[in-house]
Amino acid sequence: MRVRLVDIAHARSGDKGDTANVGVIALRPEWYPVIAAQLTRERVKRHFQGVITGDVERYELPNLRALNFLLHGALDGGGTLSLKTDAQGKVFSTAMLRMILEVDTAEAATLGLPEMRA
Amino acid sequence: MTADRIVRVASGQGFWGDWLDAPRRQVEGGPVDYLMLDYLAEVTMSILQKQKERDPAMGYARDFIGAMESVLPAVAERGVRVIANAGGVNPEACAKAVLEVARAKGAAGKVRVGVVTGDDLLPRLDELLAAGHPLTHMDTGEPLSTVRDRVLSANAYIGSTPIVEALRRGANVVVTGRSTDTALTMAPLRHEFGWDANDWDRLAAGIIAGHIIECGAQCSGGNCLYDWRTIPDLANVGYPIVEARADGTFTVTKHPGTGGRINVPSVTEQCVYEMGDPRTYITPDVVADFTTINLADDGPNRVRVFGIKGRPATDKLKVSIAYRAGCKAVGTLVYAWPDALEKARLADRVLRERLAAMGLTFEHTLTEFVGVSAAHGPLAETSCEAPEVQLRIGVRSPDRRAVERFTREIAPLVLNGPPSVTGFAGGRPKVEEIVAYWPALVDKRVVETRVEVLS
Repeated sequence: MRVRLVDIAHARSGDKGDTANVGVIALRPEWYPVIAAQLTRERVKRHFQGVITGDVERYELPNLRALNFLLHGALDGGGTLSLKTDAQGKVFSTAMLRMILEVDTAEAATLGLPEMRA
Repeated sequence: MTADRIVRVASGQGFWGDWLDAPRRQVEGGPVDYLMLDYLAEVTMSILQKQKERDPAMGYARDFIGAMESVLPAVAERGVRVIANAGGVNPEACAKAVLEVARAKGAAGKVRVGVVTGDDLLPRLDELLAAGHPLTHMDTGEPLSTVRDRVLSANAYIGSTPIVEALRRGANVVVTGRSTDTALTMAPLRHEFGWDANDWDRLAAGIIAGHIIECGAQCSGGNCLYDWRTIPDLANVGYPIVEARADGTFTVTKHPGTGGRINVPSVTEQCVYEMGDPRTYITPDVVADFTTINLADDGPNRVRVFGIKGRPATDKLKVSIAYRAGCKAVGTLVYAWPDALEKARLADRVLRERLAAMGLTFEHTLTEFVGVSAAHGPLAETSCEAPEVQLRIGVRSPDRRAVERFTREIAPLVLNGPPSVTGFAGGRPKVEEIVAYWPALVDKRVVETRVEVLS
């Protein structure tokens, strides 16, 4: 079953030099294991292909039901060097939430995950 | 001191440019013991350095003087203490301006300003390099010598200790230069509760309290994605207040009757803001572990924070160095339906052809189509036709003349480029000098802070 990340998580992003950080937070505690399992480093790197030039780092914060990603080479040089509208990475949060997840139907039903409408 | 004694630290400013009315609202809306004002972003110091070069009495955040005027009755009559990193590259001048306001308002003698200095490493830069501190760029590994001749400012991020010292010596306003944002909140807690300089868990709690409120309303409903439609009365958003206890636990709240919302999701969003490795949040005072934060709703607009752990601080301080890095300019035009994006794309090609024909080259050129892909790039869906698109082209170069020439090539497109174009009422784009940021580390023992209390 297809699930939109924006329907099961919220997020905030910011900058540190040419790196954007994106914190992704499960909307319900019981949905944290889904995002923790689905949002692997490789999956996020694939999602941002063509958007960032560097590598991705991934950290878990189960206490906050959150994951933190560092997206390197995301901000066109970063800070005042950047020519981007989003030089401070403020909207990488919702860019991350564009991700669409494929979740096992039985698991999705148990957890009450909202199905993506076509 | 009783175990349930509470110290209230209010956040009144999340950056230089934040809501001017917030500091006054924080001291008038209910009980607070300390007002914390954060003015410094990464490149603010260099802007202030340039102002100081033009006028030796400048070089600090002028907004702070207006804020002080608005909270002066609370400071002089009700014992509220103010802590701000508004001193920039000239904390002494900032302190004098505060005392001047106090005199003018008849509060002379009731204001004692603690001044923290010693963060400014600019006069010592060559001495430090010669003594074997390479100040290499933390991300790229390049030595500072590659940009040494273009350096404008260099400041060590300093911790809570000198602020605690100023409070101990009776200051009711403390002005610092480049102290960390989080130290502004942690210092009064250390002072009030007498936390030891190696009480790592409590220090970490103070730092995380600071992290949660240092961006002002960003933890109390501002820029909050969670359930944003239902966040009430943002026009009167309440800035956050930490109610801290001696054991290192605290509650994040705001004044009654204010707008916005404080709940576990709003505080969680701020916890992850600008985060690196969550286990290792390094400050001059302590290494805080964000994976130990526990949050719990504790009634409306109250979130309890507990369980925080910390580890010993490192023997380094971060240094914020600013250097000249050429010039940039950004030009924009708006294209309207039909085929807005196609027209904007053609205008971009035409402009680039003309720049190339003139032999103008830039270190970097970036084109964005605002309304289509400026925010999310290729991740954005482009299936529906945009009713309008803003073409936004930026260039960067060490050669100011090349950037200036670029700024004259935007307007002609209105008459000699693709059709349905508007939005050039603002005139030629401005050429901006770039002051770039160079983060480095330095041994803690080479930085000596000083505290003076003026009245």
